Amino acid sequence: MTTATTPAAAVQPAPAPASIRPNRDRRRVRRRLYGVLAVVLAVLWAFPVYWMVNSSFLPGNKIRSSEPTFFPLGGTLANFGRVFENGDFLTSLRISATITLLTVAATLFFGFLAALAVSRFRFSGRTGFILTILFVQMIPAEGLFISQFKMLDGWNLLNSVFGLTLLYVAAVVPFTIWLLRGFVNGIPLELEEAAMVDGCTRTQAFFRVTLPLLAPGLVASGIFAFMQAWNEFTLALVIMTRPENQPLTVWLKSFTEANRATDWGGIMAGSTLLAIPVVIFFLVIQHRLTSGLVSGAVKG
Amino acid sequence: MAVITTPETAAPGGATPRSRRRRRSRLPYVLLVPSVAVLLLAAGYPLVRQLVMSLQEYGLAQQFGQPAEWVGLDNYVALVTDSYLWTVILRSIAFCLVNASLTMVVGVALAALMTQLSTATRLVLQVGLLLAWAMPVLASLTVWQWLFDTQYGVINWVLSNVLGQEQFAGRSWLISPLSFYFVATVIVVWMSVPFVAFSVYAGLTQVPADMMEAAEIDGASAWQRFRAITVPLIKPVLLIVGLLQIIWDLRVFTQIFVLQDAGGVARDTNLIGTYIYRLGIGEGQFGLAAAASWFILVLTVVVAFYYIRVLLREEEP
Repeated sequence: MTTATTPAAAVQPAPAPASIRPNRDRRRVRRRLYGVLAVVLAVLWAFPVYWMVNSSFLPGNKIRSSEPTFFPLGGTLANFGRVFENGDFLTSLRISATITLLTVAATLFFGFLAALAVSRFRFSGRTGFILTILFVQMIPAEGLFISQFKMLDGWNLLNSVFGLTLLYVAAVVPFTIWLLRGFVNGIPLELEEAAMVDGCTRTQAFFRVTLPLLAPGLVASGIFAFMQAWNEFTLALVIMTRPENQPLTVWLKSFTEANRATDWGGIMAGSTLLAIPVVIFFLVIQHRLTSGLVSGAVKG
Repeated sequence: MAVITTPETAAPGGATPRSRRRRRSRLPYVLLVPSVAVLLLAAGYPLVRQLVMSLQEYGLAQQFGQPAEWVGLDNYVALVTDSYLWTVILRSIAFCLVNASLTMVVGVALAALMTQLSTATRLVLQVGLLLAWAMPVLASLTVWQWLFDTQYGVINWVLSNVLGQEQFAGRSWLISPLSFYFVATVIVVWMSVPFVAFSVYAGLTQVPADMMEAAEIDGASAWQRFRAITVPLIKPVLLIVGLLQIIWDLRVFTQIFVLQDAGGVARDTNLIGTYIYRLGIGEGQFGLAAAASWFILVLTVVVAFYYIRVLLREEEP
């Protein structure tokens, strides 16, 4: 691994001047040390994730043992079985899936329209709108959930999938607009114009040229919305007060409370199931999210 | 990244006849309607309602149908004269600053380390960080509870059996506030560092290599090169990422809330988010809770203001 740099040195055995030699050696040693440090840090950061998966496969007697078991050899799927048998899990999974899909669909559609407006048109109030969405995006749920709770309560939307989705869409749509705006900006208007010169109407040009080019942006925004809705806990806790309406995050917390003393294997299996879809999606779009949040901050 | 940094020139601007025609068009406003409607409904209206509610006597009695009475600034007075609110606010600010600075220091150090690595080791480190970053908060919290578990937790086992610190056998980490905050800090820093490391690393890769080489040939030491070339070039990234950390760590709720229910003493460990929750949803004192919400909103907006200024300054060339 760290030897990647050594071949060059091996090809040129020509004796370097004595004064440079120790310098280069020292540098190589330092590189090795950095490499070792990096691997140690990687293990440290990944360990909790590994531990979750590992524990989810261990039978109860290995979990409750004075010596931790570091590899799930002779593991079992019984923990996952218990999670699925717990009827609440499947109910919560259904609720989480519904809320998440609704949120993704609504944010993508709304955000896409708004991004077009902001990016393709100059109109009065445009800067004001951009500033507003940047600010709204920063509003902490913790600063607003009291009145959101009272509002949904008044509309009989507490414990309703629709009510929680409404709050999620409002929380996610600003960043979606911001992200998509960047993608729309990146598509030169000339492409659309060229299509129009070739005989497309404006609408046709948009659907045949611009929309396909936007696909990666829509995928990134969609996954972002997915992760936000799937992972959200605070508002779900506040709005979904009845156990039979809890999405997965709130379910996992109650499940942990109930089984802390007896069944860490089951809890870890539940956590793993919650994490799997998000981890996969996240690895797909990680790069785009970083650039969206610090967009434009780096100029080469 | 290139996609997003593309300057605004791609969009129509200037005084071409076309853009003048579009300026009068109603289409952009129509396109904004759904987003604006949702934001007004789910954020705008609650904001107004929060203001109204904070000026009313709004407790459990009102919850059961009694009309809410106007009490002016009574809720605010009650809060401001209650020393517990100030304890909670100071705690939140201290927690936020400690966590944000730790995250920044560790994150920047990791980013700097990445630039010194071979491709293979860098990938190993990046995969490790990505896994931590991708974890849902709730899943992370349950794992960390398991890691810090009193009886069978692997952390107590390592400390007492591998490192020979006998006093850690069977230690409950969440009972004393200091130790509670230590656990919360470990979790928050662990999950926030990857974002900082990746963003700053992306910034560092943009630092031109020939400039660094020239400085090296001119005899600048590694530290001097870092101070004089790297830092000024990545300052905007550092500023933006740092402000985001402050905003995110001010509002920290889930970690504290879950750890409190896992064995912490709520009154001794409340930060502003959990305080509002327990006051409003827990005790039904909606008027007081609405008033308290303004403290976290105002604090956030002040920081967010700087963040947005920096962001826009960098965005528009």
